Amino acid sequence: MDQTTLTRAFFGTSLAFHIIFATLAVGISFMILVSEIIYQRTKDKDYELMAKRWTKTFAILLGVGIPSGTIVAVQLTLLWPGFMKIVGQVISVPFQIEIFAFFLEALFMSIYVYAADRLSGKMRVLSVFFVCLGATASAVLITSANTWMNTPTGFDMYADGTIKNVNTWAAFFNPSYGWAAFHVSISAFMAGAFAIASVSAYRYLKTPTPDRKELSFHRKSLLVSLIVGFLMSAITGFSGHGSAQGLHEHSPEKLAAAEGLFETQRYAPLSIGGYTDPKTHEVKYGIEIPYALSILAGNWPSTEVKGLYEFPEETWPPFYVHSLFNVMVGIGMFLLALSFFSLVYWWFFHHKRQLAFPKWLVWFLVFSGPLAMLGIEFGWIFSCSGRQPWTIYGFQRTAEAATKAAHVGNLFVLFGLLYILLSVLVVVVMQVYFKRNPLHQELAKRGDIDVT
Amino acid sequence: MLPEVIASFIVGIFLFLYAIFGAIDFGSSFWSMFYLRRHTEAGVIANRFLSPTWEVTNTFLVLLVVSFVSFFPKAGFTLGTVLLVPVSIVLILISLRSAFMVFAYSVQSYQQTLRIISGIAGFFIPILLISALPVTQGPFIAMRNGVETLLTMKWLTSISTYYYMLFGLTSELFLSSLFLADYAREAGKEGTYRIYRRNAKIVGPATLVSAILTLLVLEPESQWLIDNLKEQGEWFILSIVFYLVGYSSLWWPDAKNDSIGKPRVAVLMIVVQYVIASYAYASAHMPYIVYPYMTITTGFTGEVTFRALFWVYVVGLAVLVPGFYVFWRLFLKDRRYLRQED
Repeated sequence: MDQTTLTRAFFGTSLAFHIIFATLAVGISFMILVSEIIYQRTKDKDYELMAKRWTKTFAILLGVGIPSGTIVAVQLTLLWPGFMKIVGQVISVPFQIEIFAFFLEALFMSIYVYAADRLSGKMRVLSVFFVCLGATASAVLITSANTWMNTPTGFDMYADGTIKNVNTWAAFFNPSYGWAAFHVSISAFMAGAFAIASVSAYRYLKTPTPDRKELSFHRKSLLVSLIVGFLMSAITGFSGHGSAQGLHEHSPEKLAAAEGLFETQRYAPLSIGGYTDPKTHEVKYGIEIPYALSILAGNWPSTEVKGLYEFPEETWPPFYVHSLFNVMVGIGMFLLALSFFSLVYWWFFHHKRQLAFPKWLVWFLVFSGPLAMLGIEFGWIFSCSGRQPWTIYGFQRTAEAATKAAHVGNLFVLFGLLYILLSVLVVVVMQVYFKRNPLHQELAKRGDIDVT
Repeated sequence: MLPEVIASFIVGIFLFLYAIFGAIDFGSSFWSMFYLRRHTEAGVIANRFLSPTWEVTNTFLVLLVVSFVSFFPKAGFTLGTVLLVPVSIVLILISLRSAFMVFAYSVQSYQQTLRIISGIAGFFIPILLISALPVTQGPFIAMRNGVETLLTMKWLTSISTYYYMLFGLTSELFLSSLFLADYAREAGKEGTYRIYRRNAKIVGPATLVSAILTLLVLEPESQWLIDNLKEQGEWFILSIVFYLVGYSSLWWPDAKNDSIGKPRVAVLMIVVQYVIASYAYASAHMPYIVYPYMTITTGFTGEVTFRALFWVYVVGLAVLVPGFYVFWRLFLKDRRYLRQED
């Protein structure tokens, strides 16, 4: 592997690792907020306990999220010094505000976790709100830097690399920012909801039928997470559609690669599945829906969609982004359908006719969390691979951005081991903690179950 | 004032704050490991302080890195390239420590492991971080194929590097002892107070001696710095005066608690001493960020970005300061937290 590919693989691994914990931090803090609010309104103690147990999960995940966030922040400068050189001159503002958001999250997390017993109910909701706000703001702000890489604005660059006429806020609010920030934060809420749904579904299946209180607890958390998951996946789809139209307008090369479209055309068809054949320049084994791409891109069949032939071949993104894009969209659609179907079933068969939930459906729900996370990972990989060979589209190539220092490979191995260690630890800690503090024990402490 | 001077001032303040918070934070980890078996209460006090604060300290590290790269992106390029390996090792240590900090809170049986890992990390992190300072003086950097490269062997075999490390270590232990002495006094633990007061008494003079050695024994290439340091003589003398006042306050009588020493005065005086000495050192270092490759002018971001960043700081701090106040009240002041028995 050459230095650039190695650096990409290294940083990509760091990011892929961090994304899991960052996304869950946003999503689960939102779910904690939801359950705290439901508790304050209904006074149903199950929701209080839910918030408490999710907070515990959240705190354990932070054990990895904080170090991985620190790593990513510092590695940006270590591994991409050429990139940060331009970032520092043009778009350092979101990074800077992100630190304040991170502070907000860290401060209120400490307050919520370590001082929970000294806080009133309202203060608790307020603390969680600030934790959620901090986490979401971090995601929204960092997205600004990412979309700026895709659609750079707010500066001029001369041939010798000097940068002039900087307009920080024009860079911050670059053309593709709005939809993308919306998409990133809502999809994180969605992933958090499905992560909770997964665990609830699994616990629901594993709880013996006589434990009515426990079953009802899991049913409630499953229902809450399904409702949030359904709403959020619907909005995710909507915002994703907005982002895709943004691609059509501002990053046509990326859209063309995502759809495997070579010829510029009106009435462009949408190819679903299959792969882009690098020799024949067409999508093989895909399903074609006539006009659909044009309609998606510009709301009208006669919309002209640019193909890859419009751009020099040496700057084409890799062809596999077609599959990344398809998997991301496919997962989103599947989860939307799954949560919709489950809720319909719930209402008509469970709520109205008292029928038990079929096991196979609950088993599907067990996989919703990991699927949502995969969707998010694929989305990020699509966004960054679809920009290749550029780091800053049209201005800086990835090879110019990467570090020229030695030992990148060795450090990759070291950090890889660290990530494996942390992953194992976080699972072990989670298991040990929840084994020692099982649900029935906490319900018993509350006095709901007679321990005989 | 020139914008790049204001920027270097802001970054300097963050660097200083992280140095002090980090010293107390990592030092407390070290003491928490040191007192794992004997004087367990001294270890418990160190741990109680650490539980809620390490995360905020950690955020300061990110703040420092981001503000440095934002204000001086071109200098970030140079330092990022040169310090890739040492900073990566620091990152791994910090990550392990952070992870165990959180995990040990959830699973009590990890407490021992945490205090050992965190203590070891607390020992090495400040040493590694401060060893970056001699690198910025230029003697350990060479151009290879147009890239600034760290001369690792020369750096690791230079006596100057080790004096810096020694200074980092003694400062860490001194500051954290003083702080924990004050914290123990606030918590009403007289026995623990005495232990940390004794530590401070022992480490204090060692800090001063290693500081002087660090400034006197530099690589021949750092002659420029020595020349500049000589011009800052008055500041260094003033800083030693503060040191003497702060150190002597460990013997001032304390009628209220029927004890000896005023740790609060000691902490404040010694921090002031560090402020003055750091200011003098930084002034001598100006205008170079990395000698002779980068100055604050050549490394600077540009006016427009600077102005935007500046206002972000003003607004951000205005929002966060109330948060810090609540935090301080809850964990450093609230007697219910300080004096809990377990």
